[in-house]
Amino acid sequence: MSINTGDTAWILISSALVLLMTPGLALFYGGMARRKNLLSTIMMSFAVMGIISIIWALWGYSFSFGVDKGSFIGGLNYFGLANVGMEPSNTYASTVPHLAFMTFQGMFAIITVALITGAVVERIKFSSLMIFSTLWMTVVYAPVCHWVWGGGWLGGIGALDFAGGAVVHINAGISALALVMVLGRRRGFPTDVMEPNNIPMVALGAGLLWFGWFGFNAGSALASDGLASSAFVATNLSAAAGGFTWMIISWIHRRPSLLGTVTGAVAGLVAITPAAGFVQPIAAIPIGIIVSIICYYSIILMKSKFHFDDSLDVFAVHGMGGIWGALATGIFASSAIGGTAGLIEGNAYQVLIQLVSIVTVAGFAFAVTWILGKLIDVTIGLRVKQMEETVGLDLSQHGERAYGGLLR
Amino acid sequence: MKKIEAIIREEKLNAVKQALEENSYFGMTVSEVSGRGRQKGIPLQWRAGEYRVDLLPKVKIELVVLDEDIPVVTEAIVRNAKTGETGDGKIFILPVETVVRVRTGDRDESAI
Repeated sequence: MSINTGDTAWILISSALVLLMTPGLALFYGGMARRKNLLSTIMMSFAVMGIISIIWALWGYSFSFGVDKGSFIGGLNYFGLANVGMEPSNTYASTVPHLAFMTFQGMFAIITVALITGAVVERIKFSSLMIFSTLWMTVVYAPVCHWVWGGGWLGGIGALDFAGGAVVHINAGISALALVMVLGRRRGFPTDVMEPNNIPMVALGAGLLWFGWFGFNAGSALASDGLASSAFVATNLSAAAGGFTWMIISWIHRRPSLLGTVTGAVAGLVAITPAAGFVQPIAAIPIGIIVSIICYYSIILMKSKFHFDDSLDVFAVHGMGGIWGALATGIFASSAIGGTAGLIEGNAYQVLIQLVSIVTVAGFAFAVTWILGKLIDVTIGLRVKQMEETVGLDLSQHGERAYGGLLR
Repeated sequence: MKKIEAIIREEKLNAVKQALEENSYFGMTVSEVSGRGRQKGIPLQWRAGEYRVDLLPKVKIELVVLDEDIPVVTEAIVRNAKTGETGDGKIFILPVETVVRVRTGDRDESAI
């Protein structure tokens, strides 16, 4: 196998783009937290960038992409980056250095863990979150990633997941829900008003996410080619359709909302993630429109009806959006793009395969995350003390505050 | 000497300030405050659905004047801050014991 310089340049740039999504997510989440928890919310994403980068190089990549063990998990042949070098792998991305493929995949692992934090902000104990992240990466992310992309059974039965609808979004969204169920609500939820402290920060974060998502989806072509371009266009159209639709929904209810519009754009990006390299780019428009309708009413259902304190709507946006994206991939897949036909082209079976991937990934992620959460809760405790929560996590967990100084 | 504390709508600050200046009342202290009264709050939107904010942003103007100036000043504030809707604000008038000008040490009337 020989290295293609164009492909390599694109994968390295895409890796950097995907990495930038996590600080983007930090701002996106941070702006929605209350002022006393702004730093702690941002800190969760940055801490994950540190811890998961290291775990990925040590054992995460190997468990995900190492030589297949019973279709369930990768072996230890890439432990500590052994056998991962400057030459292409003979299994994955055969035109770029193996190290480039490894680091590209590592960026996905980072943001998936960071996504979960949005559900548990403002009350989770920081040290427990770090332990949870380590364990979750090892026993939830790595197996699921292996099933879909690393030669495991879901990829084997033909489940389509171009850039991480199941591996990243369903996985993170369902795990977020399970962790919230163990952790419980924030003090005062749902009666107290918990206002976002800085919506411009949310919008900046969403902008960085949208920008980085081009690396996420178009980079997942693993080549600098026509498929990458197709995925790129699909990504932009779905984000646009999602944002526009959410704007219209908020307008019908009240006024066109900025917080709503940027949330819709992110929902659109979530939904197109598994589909980007399998559907005609124009199909991204209905995919983006429908995801915003689904996620909008999911938030209302979760918050107002069930009173789940999935604080920043990780399940409603990433879980539900990811589920819709996986289904939409089965519906809209076009053999001219990714080589597989979907329901519209007469292959109803693909929808069934997609359903299997949704149910198994969701079931596994929920069960294992719930057990992990319980284990941490009964040993060192998941939650901060009442006083620490009231004072805010910025001061109680990090000894810092977002806005210092009495005088200007 | 009396201190006037007027809590008014943010958007009325300029009109009130201008009216006071036209009546030769130049000095004042202005702060951004939050409060509530009969207006009860306003609905804002979250990502999906609404929530109520019941402490609303207002502006507080503080100035100290001679007793005989009270009618003119309150009249100027009321005339320029009023919309007729709930949430127009309130004016509090309090006695002041002493005033000292920091630059000169002047006291009371000559310090106003």
